[in-house]
Amino acid sequence: MQEQPAASGRETLFDSEEMVLNMGPQHPSTHGVLRVILRLDGETVVDLDCDVGYLHRGVEKIAESDTYAMITPYWDRLDYVAAVSNDLCYVGGVEKLLQIEVPKRAEYLRVVLTELQRIASHLLWLGTHALDIGAVTVLLYAFREREEILKIFEDFIGARLTAHAFRIGGLWWDVYPEFETRVRDFLKILPGRIEEYETLLNANRIWLQRTVGIGVLPAEEAINLSLTGPGLRGSGVKYDVRKAQPYSAYPDFDFEIPIGENGDTYDRYLCRMEEIKQAALIVEQALDGLPEGPVMAKVPKVIKPPVGEVYHSIEAPKGEIGVYLVSDGTSKPYRMRIRPPSYINLQSLKRMSIGHLVADVVALIGTLDIVLGEVDR
Amino acid sequence: MQGILATLMFVAPDWVRNTVTHERPPNVFWADYVVWPVLQILIVLFIVLTLVAYLVYLERKVSAFMQARLGPMRVGPWGLLQPAADGLKLLLKEDIIPLKADRVVFALAPIISVVSALVVLAVIPWGAAWATIANINIGLLFILAVSSVGVLGLVLAGWASNSKYSLLGALRSSAQMVSYEIGLGLSIIGALMFARTLSMSGIVEAQQADHIWYVFFQPLGFLVYVISALGETNRAPFDLPEAESELVAGYHTEYSGFRWALFFMAEYSAMIVTAAIAVTLFLGGWMLPGVTGTSFFGWFGPIQNPTLHTIASVVVFGLKIMLLIYAYMWFRWTWPRYRYDQLMELGWKWMIPAGLANIVLTGIWYVLAMPPSRGGVFNLMREVGGRLVPTGKGALYFFVTGTAITVPLVWLLLANINRRSRDFNLHDQRQLQINLRRERLEKALQPQAADNGAQ
Repeated sequence: MQEQPAASGRETLFDSEEMVLNMGPQHPSTHGVLRVILRLDGETVVDLDCDVGYLHRGVEKIAESDTYAMITPYWDRLDYVAAVSNDLCYVGGVEKLLQIEVPKRAEYLRVVLTELQRIASHLLWLGTHALDIGAVTVLLYAFREREEILKIFEDFIGARLTAHAFRIGGLWWDVYPEFETRVRDFLKILPGRIEEYETLLNANRIWLQRTVGIGVLPAEEAINLSLTGPGLRGSGVKYDVRKAQPYSAYPDFDFEIPIGENGDTYDRYLCRMEEIKQAALIVEQALDGLPEGPVMAKVPKVIKPPVGEVYHSIEAPKGEIGVYLVSDGTSKPYRMRIRPPSYINLQSLKRMSIGHLVADVVALIGTLDIVLGEVDR
Repeated sequence: MQGILATLMFVAPDWVRNTVTHERPPNVFWADYVVWPVLQILIVLFIVLTLVAYLVYLERKVSAFMQARLGPMRVGPWGLLQPAADGLKLLLKEDIIPLKADRVVFALAPIISVVSALVVLAVIPWGAAWATIANINIGLLFILAVSSVGVLGLVLAGWASNSKYSLLGALRSSAQMVSYEIGLGLSIIGALMFARTLSMSGIVEAQQADHIWYVFFQPLGFLVYVISALGETNRAPFDLPEAESELVAGYHTEYSGFRWALFFMAEYSAMIVTAAIAVTLFLGGWMLPGVTGTSFFGWFGPIQNPTLHTIASVVVFGLKIMLLIYAYMWFRWTWPRYRYDQLMELGWKWMIPAGLANIVLTGIWYVLAMPPSRGGVFNLMREVGGRLVPTGKGALYFFVTGTAITVPLVWLLLANINRRSRDFNLHDQRQLQINLRRERLEKALQPQAADNGAQ
């Protein structure tokens, strides 16, 4: 009779209970307004729950009351650090629905801009990821190079962050005369700068200790979690929409898909670094073979696609971003569904974090490369 | 004007001391133990607190130059008045105490922290002769004892804030500082064997008598000391208690205004203190061959004028401290941050055993070198004024044993012990994991293949 209540008390000398820690929504390393509810045993993560939606704007619903051309700028604001890539997905979807042939020059310029955006996005990721792990200097170095890309964008598009580069049917304007030389100048300095980051991180003991073996996702599990982008490739799955379902002008270029072996944070880091180099190669090839001609296809003033539905997806810096459009023959889509890579990739955070420490959760949010504008839509 | 300045800076201390001590013999107690020390304390506090403010400025400038930016530039020329502006801003800020905080302890914590950091300044030999406030014979023990009280401030701050982030930060800092203090304590014993005194000025004088800085006898001790000191002062890459990206600001998350500034002050003066101990123990204190203390290999001697010599010694000491602090800043802006368990592993599996091994090996080298009359073998030391001083050959012997034998031997020993640890050989561990996974996958695939074959 007496033993029963005492038994639980005798097992442990001190009362110990799990602590619930709210990380975010206002927290410097949740990359926006993500709220992570951690259940901690000491500093070890026992359970984790992501609370999203603090940035919800209802983009999919808004799209139902806007014309096809009016929707495009909303896509800039999804993944706001890779606006150009998002645009490419949406305009590609509408072009597929309208069955418009985009001029060759426009396709090439789209590839140039998208790959530059990929470099910018990966640089931002590198900086913030390193900052989360404590290497502050890398952030400043990465932003220095990202600034160059943003300047190139600014002179072409007028905006730096939400660069609204593409229109349905091509580009609104042709690029400015110095565009090519400026991009080439940037590509010249880039390899040396990448070497700088790699000197700071690649063989750094502390960096290795913080990333190797952290958040290991075996290939099968990564596929089951429907992870895409560098996260999936870091686990050793060679899946890239640019190769798997080529779109735009990508079949014209030679490039490699870097994959990792171990599926840990370090492999994902290596993958992204290699992707920056490959993106630079693609930009160079696109500039070399840049054809002359118009940049805009013939598109009716009022876009009224035929009745039907279409799914179009591209390889954004974060992963596979897709759009599912249902047209009822009017000038507004009946339904627009976005496949947001950040949101779907975020689901693997729980699987990766359990058993690791709080400090690793921060590194793992970083390695997933999420943008809350896209998670919450 | 210059004459007045010179009088104030160079002549006044000696003059004050001489007037109060020699002209009024009955008041010797007041002069020696009250007036003169108070003057010294005020000067040291003024200089150190100004230095702390400017270390923040320096930190920002150094980080800026490392990161291809300019740093503070707006307040004054090159932003030189930035510390004043920061201090004013912090003073004028609202003093927020969380509703559920323990108000008394919350207010007490930063005071404990800053007092323990500043009290230690009393026994540091800032220079030769009159440039030390208190030359007590257990100076080093005093420093170690008082500076560990600082941990209490952090723990109390974390507890009194009644916030989870603060509590986690405080827990981390207490565990970290306690662990690294052991390594710190062990690393200095080797140098103490040579100095044979705990008085801080005595240690410098011992190095003067031995004609060598103890870093040459004790390279391992110095290494362990510097790394442990980084951990002890919560500097990057060991700045876990205040890991911004995880814990927002650690134990001082809930602090604002000048209370927060006190923590900052404590951190930076702790930096100065640890650097000062390293300089005193390992880098010859205020001595620089040819300028202060000893002659430059017999070519030209130290400064002869005693006042000038003391002033020069203070400058030399300050420069050596700044050199170490610059290294601290360099580390901070280059390296990522350790994780909590890795930090503990480094402390317990590397720093403490290395400190212990260093004590044992130094002891062996020391006993072997003693003269046969005192139980030694090689007779590489002679007795001068009750202390054993290594001869020319002896210095070479200690240098060679310290660098060429102790360091590789301890490295080999610890590497072999720690080889199976998860973080030691990362590339091998990685390959091992990959192979294991591959084997498991193959095993999982084999029965499936057999099933397919049967069908």
